[in-house]
Amino acid sequence: MMKNLKQIAWIALLLSTPTLAQNQDLGEPVGEGGSVETTDIGADDPDGPLRGTVTASGNLDDLGVAIPAFATDRERPTPANSDGTGALGREMARVITANLRNNGIFKPTGPDSLPKPSFTQIKAPSWGSWSGRGAEMLVHGFVNARPDGRLTVGCYLYDVALQNELVREGWVVRPADWRRAAHKCSDLVYSRLTGENPFFDSRIAYIAETGPKDKRVKRLAIMDSDGANHRFLTLGSATALTPRYSPDYSKLLYLSYVDGNPRIYVYDIGSGKQTLVAETGNPTLAPRWSPDGNSILYSMAVNGNTDIYRVSANGGRSVRLTNTPGIDVGGSYSPDGRKIVFESDRSGSQQCYVMDADGSNQRRITFFGGRCATPEWSPRGDQIAFTRIAGDFNIAVMTPAGRNLRVLTDGWQDEAPTWAPNGRIIQFFRTARNSGRSGLHQVDLTGRNERRLPTPVDASDPAWGPIRP
Amino acid sequence: MTIPTNRIAAIALLSSASLLAACAKEAPEELPPAPEATATPTPSAAAPTQSAPMPGTQAHFEQAVGSNTVVYFDTDRFNIDSSDAASLQAQAQYLGQFSQVTVTIEGHADERGTREYNLALGERRANSAKNYLVSLGIPANRIRTVSHGKERPVALASNESAWSQNRRAASVVIN
Repeated sequence: MMKNLKQIAWIALLLSTPTLAQNQDLGEPVGEGGSVETTDIGADDPDGPLRGTVTASGNLDDLGVAIPAFATDRERPTPANSDGTGALGREMARVITANLRNNGIFKPTGPDSLPKPSFTQIKAPSWGSWSGRGAEMLVHGFVNARPDGRLTVGCYLYDVALQNELVREGWVVRPADWRRAAHKCSDLVYSRLTGENPFFDSRIAYIAETGPKDKRVKRLAIMDSDGANHRFLTLGSATALTPRYSPDYSKLLYLSYVDGNPRIYVYDIGSGKQTLVAETGNPTLAPRWSPDGNSILYSMAVNGNTDIYRVSANGGRSVRLTNTPGIDVGGSYSPDGRKIVFESDRSGSQQCYVMDADGSNQRRITFFGGRCATPEWSPRGDQIAFTRIAGDFNIAVMTPAGRNLRVLTDGWQDEAPTWAPNGRIIQFFRTARNSGRSGLHQVDLTGRNERRLPTPVDASDPAWGPIRP
Repeated sequence: MTIPTNRIAAIALLSSASLLAACAKEAPEELPPAPEATATPTPSAAAPTQSAPMPGTQAHFEQAVGSNTVVYFDTDRFNIDSSDAASLQAQAQYLGQFSQVTVTIEGHADERGTREYNLALGERRANSAKNYLVSLGIPANRIRTVSHGKERPVALASNESAWSQNRRAASVVIN
């Protein structure tokens, strides 16, 4: 009798727990916004924009770029700005200026210290006034409200010395997505002048932290690459860790203790629904997407032994990729999806290993003293960033063969690198000694431009997504 | 015997259910530990007003084995040393005496490790302790493990003394 009752209680708990438990820590679902349409904004110059190199001489870091307010064809109200399209044009230029300045790119001058061009001057700059201000490059743009309520945003880059247009592009966005147009324009300017791939129009998932060190509240949060449009996705009743955006931004993988155990969930951003990555009674951790978004890597501990597994993003059977006694954990695909770099302590301490995507040809790549943890393959394929543990914890990069070690940071505990979409900047989190306070930082590959990213509360586990679709 | 048990099971179920419902409605800053799927009603639930700890409660377990509820590990290690073995023998003795008691072993790591590795390391430490208890004759199905990695330190400073206290596997009675 007693046994039967216990069984009933058991079953009732089991039945009630999964649905409630899997969702009890979730906030309201957050849409990912509308699409950004590219639009033809015409080309007045029959020869088209100037190709080839720009006139900048010397260091691009010193390139003076003027970014006056964007103009508007007619002052109109827009949900994007209570003061209308003209005021929105100024905000656009401010966002672009902040993007370049905060990332140590060029020497930008923003709209607050520049004259405001008229709408007709956007396509015919007043060259003399800009060269007189020492501007080498000039960013112009316009914001027009369309009859359907959306906005057309044009972005132009001019070489002031040559008095020539370098590039232009236009986009149609919903008013709510106006910042994306500013990021697109930032990317256009950055890419045209540096030859690098864009990175501003992207988002970051991370863990927001509050509370004392022994009772940290850890919530899943997302924001734009510049910190705007910040949202908390979980409520904080369950510890959330290690998020990863899917390549199309429709889903997030993350670890949650929502049922009391560490488990990886696939969170659908649009619907707000989440599911377990694998139906198993074992702890799952360290989730990663394949570059095409079709596969998920996760690590699972069975009787204390952690190995790396792969499962289709649509579910189904998991494939075990590592099989050694010890901790094999994490994993990061090469951009072509053919190889995986991961960490393992099979040699006695955490080191980095590379294997083929099917788990074959596992070989250690780090032999330079200290330990190698949390390796992340660059989106460009040419570097692997990792946490180097040699006394302190620092962010370092090396080639995929484990050569040319370069340590980029010098904090007490810098951990968990994540790459900008173009592979030129690395974000990580830094934890302070004793207090345990943590924040997001980023550093470029030169190691010179390091800065802290402002977040509403303490932050860790950043995961930088790709350029938005 | 059957009737009280009946009631106990019902109470346990009701309280678990209301706890879950409360969780679903709102998110307080700190929730009590989530009800465990392996939780089974224990006699202690019948007499919550008694002042002396009842067998099968965490308080009773702590009173019986003292500081032996926790075992400690060296940096990056998960082996059971002689001092750990003595603690686990004390735990095993208790679990042998109170055969209805189930425990969760919580594995932890110090802050000087990367987050994911530490989750795996905490799991490994909890399993080391579990395996030792099983080797002493405690059925594996009475021991659950969970890793908290470096997320729940007990000593808050950043020095060797604090870290040595945080590298631990703590046995907690489920009730």
